[in-house]
Amino acid sequence: MLDFFLGHYAYWFVVILMCVGLYGILFKKNLVKKTIGLAIFQVSVVLYFVSIASKWGATVPVKDSNIPVEQVANYLNPLPHTLMLTAIVVGVATLGVAFTLLMAIYNRYGTLDEQELLEKIQ
Amino acid sequence: MIDSHLPALIALTFVLFAILIPMFGLWKPKSSQPLAVLGSGIASVLSLYAFATYLQTGSIRYFFGGWEPPVGIEFVYDGLSGFFVLVINTVAFFVLIHSRQVARREFPGKEMPYFALAMLALLGFNGMILTGDLFNLYVFLEISSLASYGLIAIGSRPAPYAAFRYLIIGTAGGTLYLLGVGFLYTVTGTLNIIDMAAMLPTFATNTSVVAALVLMVVGIGVKAALFPLHGWLPDSYTFASSSSTALIAPIGTKVAAYILFRIVFYLFGVELTDAVAPITTVIGILAAIGILYGSIMAIAQTEMKRMLAYSSVSQIGYIIMGLSLANPLGFAGALLHVLNHAVMKACLFLVAGNLRMKEGHSDISKFNDSYRKKYPWTMASFSVAAISMVGLPPLAGFFSKWYLALGTIDNENWIFLAVILISSLLNAVYFFRILEKVYMMNPKKDQKEGSDAERNEVGFSMMFPTSVLAIALFVIGFANAAIVGILFNIFPM
Repeated sequence: MLDFFLGHYAYWFVVILMCVGLYGILFKKNLVKKTIGLAIFQVSVVLYFVSIASKWGATVPVKDSNIPVEQVANYLNPLPHTLMLTAIVVGVATLGVAFTLLMAIYNRYGTLDEQELLEKIQ
Repeated sequence: MIDSHLPALIALTFVLFAILIPMFGLWKPKSSQPLAVLGSGIASVLSLYAFATYLQTGSIRYFFGGWEPPVGIEFVYDGLSGFFVLVINTVAFFVLIHSRQVARREFPGKEMPYFALAMLALLGFNGMILTGDLFNLYVFLEISSLASYGLIAIGSRPAPYAAFRYLIIGTAGGTLYLLGVGFLYTVTGTLNIIDMAAMLPTFATNTSVVAALVLMVVGIGVKAALFPLHGWLPDSYTFASSSSTALIAPIGTKVAAYILFRIVFYLFGVELTDAVAPITTVIGILAAIGILYGSIMAIAQTEMKRMLAYSSVSQIGYIIMGLSLANPLGFAGALLHVLNHAVMKACLFLVAGNLRMKEGHSDISKFNDSYRKKYPWTMASFSVAAISMVGLPPLAGFFSKWYLALGTIDNENWIFLAVILISSLLNAVYFFRILEKVYMMNPKKDQKEGSDAERNEVGFSMMFPTSVLAIALFVIGFANAAIVGILFNIFPM
């Protein structure tokens, strides 16, 4: 049982981070805090991808003359990390759009509190 | 020679025009809309040509940079993706023709960014449909979503708030999809759909695969506005400007439905999907509830765009229901409904745009009998599209419901059959009340003297797409046998 927790501690960290993010998205009333929750949620998935490709005692995926190519266990899988470069860029772009929308909301209504906004829109 | 490059050309046309529009738009702002129409026009011609090629020679697989999968990324042009690309590009072409005057009136001076964003959104939608790589699909999903948030935020005063809510829900959905892709990658070690489909049957009992399927369906369900994940849709469609709604409403949710088709029928296959988790049953029930909920909420609305938005929630239910039936009749019915609903909804939202242009509102309680005099062609198009939504032959809407109903009978699923029939009656309630206000009140008034209504129809650039889409409903209705014949051939089993 202890092994189940200790052996997967990176994944447990990701799960906790994901729950923090979801809590922020669902329960925070301030729209900026919601956006922060969204960013944490996205980062948790990025960390998941990073951790599935990590390996103890392996080296970067550049051909090393000391390690034959056949010993794939000694090389890292670079693909999940490169995928996450794209996903991080997507996340940054999403945050940019989110903050632009927040600026537009604030300029129109003068508040970023969800309750007050809903009252003003009605 | 050009044939093998067609899948990439369709998507790249939009990249080209997304760059051309800002370049020419800064110099001459009025050139943005013609360029957007030209871009989507080229893309629709290419999609039409590609579909004709597909019918003769079969699927086209395009490997980017010559790298063969599973190492490289590929675009797959098969029957399903070809059909969807053809539908969305053609509808977008007509909607963009319509946007010229709406854009000039609702957001003057911002045409260049608007049409550049529209091109990016279409690029994302086309890429999502054509790509054969699950992570690539996520990237295109986010491209189309980010562009859609921008398009929705252009509109009335609360539009940015509606767009922000969509952004929060939509990005969370996209992230769940990405997590599902990650689970599948850890199990199979590939991201290519065809490659992964060959490997998945060996891992049917793996819990990661179960979790991946559920996460992907939930994530895409948000984008498809599958009940109960539709919360973002009514506000977004209501507050966005008429041209954004008309562009996104017929296309956005369909493309998400396409991904569900791709996942259920092609990636997992129906048998494996049901072996992994009872997904088809669950989304079928959700779709049935969504159909009834959307129709009932539509009856309760007094604003035409909001009513149409709830009607969209209901109509996407038909498509997902056809998917859940998982038989050839349900499949063909669902795809025919994708085509019909794209044309009908585009036509109805264009009518709402026409009315907003002339009257400044689209509030159903203020509709009256003078409209039939003022806007004869707009209201005629509305009647055709509304009757088609209700599902009366020989209009297109009847046939998709007919095939869906045959599909439910084939599965002996009488509850879904009842849902289709009841929902058609509910559709009749909310569309006929508008037709009644416009056509049935004071039938003698036209002959009286001093009828104050002057003919005040919208200009040609708005009337032409509206009426073409309305006429298309007749054409699709009469050609339904031919279209369904093609769709039966697409069915993957």
